[in-house]
Amino acid sequence: MIRTLTMVALAAGLVACTGDGKEVRSASADAPKGKGPGAGKGYDHDPFPSTYRAYPGRPTLVTNVTIYDGEGGRIDRGSVLFRDGKIVEVGQSIAATDGVIVIDGQGKWVTPGIIDVHSHLGDYPSPGVDAHSDGNEMTGPVTAEVWAEHSVWPQDPGFARALTNGGVTTLQVLPGSANLMGGRSVTLKNVYGRTMQAMKFPGAPYGLKMACGENPKRVYGSKGRMPSTRMGNVAVDRATWLRAREYDRKWDKYEVDGGDAPTRDIAMDTLRGVLDGEILVHNHCYRADEMAIVMDMAQEMGYKVTAFHHAVESYKIADLLKARGVCSAVWADWYGFKMESYDAIGENLAILDRQGACAMIHSDDANGIQRLNQEVAKVIASAKRAGMAVTPEHAWTWLAINPARALGVDQVTGSLKPGKMADVVLWNGDPFSVYTRPEKVWVDGALLFDANDARIRPVSDFELGQPGEGDVK
Amino acid sequence: MKRLFLAALLAGTTAVPAAAQDVTITNAKLVLGDGSAPIEGGTVVIRGGRVVSAGRGGAVAGGKTIDAGGRYVTPGIVAGFTRLGIIEVDGVSTTNDASARDSVFNAGLDIASAVNPRATPIAINRTDGVTRAIVAPDNAGSIFAGQGAVIDLGNDMDALTRPRAFQFMEWGESGARAAGGSRPAAMAMFRNALFEAQAYARNPASFADRGKEALLTRTDAEALQRVLSGQVPLLIHVERASDILGVLAMKREFAGLKPVLVGASEGWTVAQQIAAANVPVLASALSDLPASFEQLAATQSNIGRMKAAGVVVGIGTIGDDEARQARLVRQYAGNLVALSKIPGAAGLDWGAAFATISSLPARTIGMEGEIGSLTPGRRGDVVIWDGDPLEIGSVPTQLFIDGIEQPLTNRQTRLRDRYLVPAEQGLPKAYQR
Repeated sequence: MIRTLTMVALAAGLVACTGDGKEVRSASADAPKGKGPGAGKGYDHDPFPSTYRAYPGRPTLVTNVTIYDGEGGRIDRGSVLFRDGKIVEVGQSIAATDGVIVIDGQGKWVTPGIIDVHSHLGDYPSPGVDAHSDGNEMTGPVTAEVWAEHSVWPQDPGFARALTNGGVTTLQVLPGSANLMGGRSVTLKNVYGRTMQAMKFPGAPYGLKMACGENPKRVYGSKGRMPSTRMGNVAVDRATWLRAREYDRKWDKYEVDGGDAPTRDIAMDTLRGVLDGEILVHNHCYRADEMAIVMDMAQEMGYKVTAFHHAVESYKIADLLKARGVCSAVWADWYGFKMESYDAIGENLAILDRQGACAMIHSDDANGIQRLNQEVAKVIASAKRAGMAVTPEHAWTWLAINPARALGVDQVTGSLKPGKMADVVLWNGDPFSVYTRPEKVWVDGALLFDANDARIRPVSDFELGQPGEGDVK
Repeated sequence: MKRLFLAALLAGTTAVPAAAQDVTITNAKLVLGDGSAPIEGGTVVIRGGRVVSAGRGGAVAGGKTIDAGGRYVTPGIVAGFTRLGIIEVDGVSTTNDASARDSVFNAGLDIASAVNPRATPIAINRTDGVTRAIVAPDNAGSIFAGQGAVIDLGNDMDALTRPRAFQFMEWGESGARAAGGSRPAAMAMFRNALFEAQAYARNPASFADRGKEALLTRTDAEALQRVLSGQVPLLIHVERASDILGVLAMKREFAGLKPVLVGASEGWTVAQQIAAANVPVLASALSDLPASFEQLAATQSNIGRMKAAGVVVGIGTIGDDEARQARLVRQYAGNLVALSKIPGAAGLDWGAAFATISSLPARTIGMEGEIGSLTPGRRGDVVIWDGDPLEIGSVPTQLFIDGIEQPLTNRQTRLRDRYLVPAEQGLPKAYQR
């Protein structure tokens, strides 16, 4: 077993669900200074920087409300205060001060905004016409060089639905799963912008979308090229990682020692970012046996899988996933649409959680993203029937802090903790009830949806002047 | 499902279902399924596989008596537009009988021969309270998909409640695509097929097949003749308002036609016309995205607004994992109740919402006299729930189809039980049953 220094750093730096690779650096980062530009400085790692700015908000105090804080805490008849875009205080009783808007939350709930770790909004926007099909660069099994953000159409009407019906304030947009290495993901604030950059979550690490199983082998096998089998999938992956390690070594050496700069390769930049812990691996994978193989491959090659996505058979290896500190992002009840989804069960997330493995809900769907709270409610119910009691406040971690960790943004959002972004949803009832909807949604303290005020409802350019413009959708 | 014990035996089910029992369920929060509010302290009597009575109180008849303990008792869920039982795994083509790309036939295709009562989605959906389903074929190469069926989800080999219960047709964008590329092409295909069917009806014996050059085979003509004569309804997938109005015009031209709109995302914008034409709808409940240019006005308020205009509208699930997830219609109906609290939205009250997944889908295809409500004479499809059936996570505790109590386990519950503790214990998992 090859254990690189990078792997040691990863093992030391990452526990459980933690996906914040920002602190993890290439081994050479600690090397003595040479004549090179310095570790990580050989080229720009952020050429499309976020221009997101929080919109202005008013200091707001919600009182007398049931609070799930997103980290497992609950306060009944409590209060939440936020100001200047940040959570100020969460407690049983908070005194209102001058200039603060007070909202009586009697009979209502407050939670952190929902975080969807798996979306294709913007990359597969509505309307789903061919001209909008921008989520899968299906021209080669390894396209680590593509970045999902370069496909994001910021006018996708789906962003509005996710906000107003779903209470989603942060989402990761991933490339599709046709390819073994489908490209970089991007994490967005769910706030409409004129540009993708204006939606980009400041400081969020990139992800690398990988895929195992049926999709890559079907797509390329049908074109008469490798991979056409699961073993072909792994072979292409490993060969690619070997190249990436060589690239990483060359650039590490150059950045420290100087000399002629190695030839840039945009795909290899991304894989180097993974090896250096800067970029988090989000791996589409269904079957338990394949996930176990991928985890060994990651260990062999010196990287870490942050989360398996879909992961319908994670429940079969919950103990292995826990031991490796790999998260699972799953649906509540999807099954049977293809062979590798045949063994899906409704208790997947709950079994993972009970085993102590990191787990969260995800949508992968422009409709499902509008009801992730209801998807978790399904998990709670099926878990209860199977004898696994889950409290609602704990279940909210599957919608908030756990996906925040998998995205590496848990220091700044994902729970109602003082100092964090005021990404907040006021629900008009129990958010795990089918009868409940968001009443107000704030992002960074700015009120961006109000069910009681038609002016505070986003309408994308596409819907302007169309039938149903501005309707309650 | 036939009630005959012997028939079930001969059919060779592994778990032989019990014969229909006479059952009285008392102390129920009784939902009739006709749109009315639940009745506290209700009683429902099933005899000979049919509902004899249902209402407040009521004398206890003979047979088995079940005290519902105040819990919800409802008619079984009628899944409004599905592909249940004809697909095991969508992506495995050998298990997918929804459409036939290379067949020369279209309207004549009869989905009944594809229905497999042992398809795993049948048991999974039954476990979630679905007792009957409208099952449609999918189209390929023609606007006409073929003849759909109404099935039950019982644990036996006789699933067909009514084979050849309707014809299904794609219209709008997908119809245009199937007809060669445009809406006029779809219209030409439709009109020509019906003219051919009229010719067939005038003299079936003389309707000679014309080989590969024929635009309609004898089988297809025969099936469409039943549509033309109004013997069976014509379910039409249509989304755009202008296309819906086109369907209404079609109904005026072909007097016998009984169209039922399926999908109908923009239905609310022409709801008055739909109501006036007396055309029922199986609508997609929560479609609210402009997923295509024919769904620009889509909103979750569609059903609420159509109902308010007087349209007969039940929930269907076209294009929505309908081979497996018809069970989600309960969640969808619950969401329609949620809308009733949202300013500017149009929702439904609880009883009306439940009717969209029980009596109303049955009514759209003219089967409200058979299924979908606990009204005397209807099939004995009854569910006792552990909670509010429109609330997330509520499940049946007992479920009857034609008066026969049904098992509530499936492949997923077996996998769950095997892996509640994921690690092996003593022997490989393959030995744990």
